[in-house]
This record gives sequence, C-alpha cells and structure tokens, in this order.
Amino acid sequence: MPVPVGDPVAYPFNEAAGLELSARYARAQRADGLERVRLPYGEPAWLVTRYADARLVLGDPRFSRAACTAHDEPREQPGRVTAGIGATDPPDHTRLRGLVAKAFTVQRMERLRPGIRALAEGLAQDMADSGPPADLVESFALPLPVAVICRLLGVPEADRALFRAWSDDAVSSNAAEQVAASMRELSAYMVELIAEHRARPADDLITELIEARDVEERLSEAELVEQCMGLLIAGHEATAMLIPNFVHLLLDRHGGLGWLRDDPDRIPAAVEELLRFVPLRTGALAARWATEDVEVGGVLVRAGEPVMVSVGAANHDARRFTTPDTLDLGREGNRHVAFGHGVHHCVGAPLARLELQEALRALALRMPSLHPAGEVVWKRRSLVRGPHTMSVGW
Amino acid sequence: MRAVPVWRTTVDRDRCMGSGVCVALAASLFVLDDERSRAPVEFVAPDETVLDAADSCPARAITVTENGRVIGPRD
Repeated sequence: MPVPVGDPVAYPFNEAAGLELSARYARAQRADGLERVRLPYGEPAWLVTRYADARLVLGDPRFSRAACTAHDEPREQPGRVTAGIGATDPPDHTRLRGLVAKAFTVQRMERLRPGIRALAEGLAQDMADSGPPADLVESFALPLPVAVICRLLGVPEADRALFRAWSDDAVSSNAAEQVAASMRELSAYMVELIAEHRARPADDLITELIEARDVEERLSEAELVEQCMGLLIAGHEATAMLIPNFVHLLLDRHGGLGWLRDDPDRIPAAVEELLRFVPLRTGALAARWATEDVEVGGVLVRAGEPVMVSVGAANHDARRFTTPDTLDLGREGNRHVAFGHGVHHCVGAPLARLELQEALRALALRMPSLHPAGEVVWKRRSLVRGPHTMSVGW
Repeated sequence: MRAVPVWRTTVDRDRCMGSGVCVALAASLFVLDDERSRAPVEFVAPDETVLDAADSCPARAITVTENGRVIGPRD
C-alpha cells in the first residue's frame, strides 16, 4: 500500500542548542513509512529515523553520495559541497579511503595510546594547577584532539587559532560568503603546507599522501589538498565537541565522574553509550540518492530521490535499544551508528574512541570532583551540537 | 597444468566492530551476522574488491591469503 504523502515538513526538527532530540523523531519512528522533509536549502528528501532503515540506506550500494554533484543537495548550509571523499562512491571512494585507512586502524591507534594519555593528563594537570573555574572547551576539549591530529598530519600546532576559525565555519550554517571565504583560506593554507612537506618530507600523513600522489599517482593534486583539509577538520572537530557533551551528560545525569574514577575499566563501554546517546548532528547525515527503486521502511523510494538518515534518532530507536532514552553506561551489545555505517563509516573512528577514552580517564582520575560552574553556553547555527563554552569547577 | 590461484578470506569476529564497510563494498563476499561481519564463502577467485575491503576495514579484521601467503590488507 502506498503511504499518502503530504507536504514536506521543515527540517532539522530541533535547534543546535542543547542535546535534546525533538519528539518528532520518536513519532516518525512509530508512524508508518518515512517523513518527507525540506531543509533550508535544496530539494526535499525522505528522512530515515529507524535503526534498521538507517543501516540499509548507509550500507547499500544502491544509494549514492556521488549523485550530490548532479542535484540541488538538501542542506543546512547555503553553500554546496561537491568535492572530497564524502561526495564519492566506490571505486573512487575506495581509492581515496584506502590511502588513509591504514593510518587510522585500531592497531595503529593503540600504539598512540601512551602519548595521548600523557597529553590528556598534562592538559588536566595544567587546568588543575591554574585553579577553578576553567572553560573545559578551551582548556581541554579543543587542545587535545587538535594536538593529536596536528602531530599525525604534520600541521604546526601553533597555527591552531588560524584553522580553528576556518573549521568552525565549515560546520556552521553561517552566511555562504563567509563559509566560502574560510574554505578558500584553509585551502590556500593547505597548499602552502603541502609545498613545505614536498621540500622537507617528514614522518607524517601529509608526507605519506604526497608520496601516494607523486610516486604512485594514486590521487590528483586537488584530491590531495581536499584529503588534507578533510582530515584536519574531521580529525578534531567532532571529538572536540563530544568531550564537553560527554562531560555535560556525566555531570548532569550521572552525578559526576566518580563512578568512572572508581573503576576506569568502565570507560570504554561508557564511551560507546555516550556516543550512542549524544545526537551530535543538529540534523541528518548528508543525503544519499537511490540509483534504482528501493523499498525503505515501507516506502518505495524512487530512483533519483534523496534519503537522509538521522543517526541520532536511529541510536534512540526503541526497536533496537531497550530504554533508549536512559543513559546506561554499562549497556551491552551497543552497536550504535554514531560513526555511520557502510563505506562512509568514519575512517577516524578508532582515533576518536581512543581520544574520548583517554579524555574521560584523565578527567576522572585527575579531577574526579569536576562540577558545573555556571550554565553551558551552547553553539548556535551549527551543524554539530555542543558547548561553545562550558565553565567547570573542581 | 598450472593451478588457478585461489584466495582465502577470513574475518576475525572478535576484532570486527561492525562498521559495514566490507559488506557495502562486496555484498557477495561478506555478510553481517549479528551485526558483525563474516565471509560466507571462504575461498574465492582472485578479486581486487576483497583486497579493497581488507584495506578499508577500520578494525583490520579481514585477512586475505593466497596459498597461505598474506596478500591483504596491503601496506
């Protein structure tokens, strides 16, 4: 039976501020079929909110990301993104991902754990030494992933103030001209940095990608620049937002960090549950276009129609997770889709997990009495949700 | 007569984190079972896609061998 379709509803359902999921998601999950949504820009799309449908759309090759170049992509930002690994399908995607995948595997990341642990403990100690209150974002959540990705890529940490502003724009819904100007500046910065690495090769990922281009011709010059930009932004932005989101939830719903300090072996499972629980994106993942007719959640999605997946909603689907709106830090079988699913599953997921585990460990052990010292100031006009500033005491 | 080379694909299910990358790349070679991957057909004819899947796995859970020699993931 075809499901009657009304006018598309405005999306995203909720504002960027805070971590609440709009009640509309649970309603969409219970209803038949899929919602039709309209974003601030681009064509209307189908919205997927259920876990099983999310895995189908993200994992099935009949859905294409590369099709975004031929469509008016549904989006929150005025500017369109038509380049980079996120706008490709296999085999192009496989070629680009293969160049960096081996640098981010679980095994390679484990070798970084001691260094990241020392970095996190050092930042927590500096915060403790300078006395309360402190802004957790500026003092801890940003410097940790920025330092790690800078070292991995070979980007000078001293340039943090520069690329922080560009990176903020990349994940904002600021004016098109401002976002475009930031991306041009970041691109020019990266071109210069690549030239420096060509002249003076080092033991880092930028050098590795240059060799893949210059020696093996496995990517174009434009792809090289896009890969480096993507790694720098994606390599720190989400983690920098997740750390204060996690701490906020632990303070707000779990009475603080004491439970993790009592037994740090609880941290890995707690990180998985916090990843599941936090709807990091204000809206949904970038649209996928059906390349043939496919049935999704009781709706026949026609070839050429876009589908968007809310991973935040899928991670709170009561059909998959018991008591989904309870933060259960010991939850078992927690196969959330916070990192996506299928070929575009976050290549940096092992690094993000490691940083999040070590961030919570350092805070729990060094400052177990951490508590809020004022209201959280949330980011606005942002594609990712999280504190702009978060004042804490101890 | 030379033997036709045969590749053997194995998935370490303890390492697998269920990213679905391999299944999305090669649905005929991998399936998700209880949200983790396995290779339903152990021995396959040489196929570049299976090496791509091994390279792309974030958990490094896929191993490809030819006559006992590891050929994937590639370094």
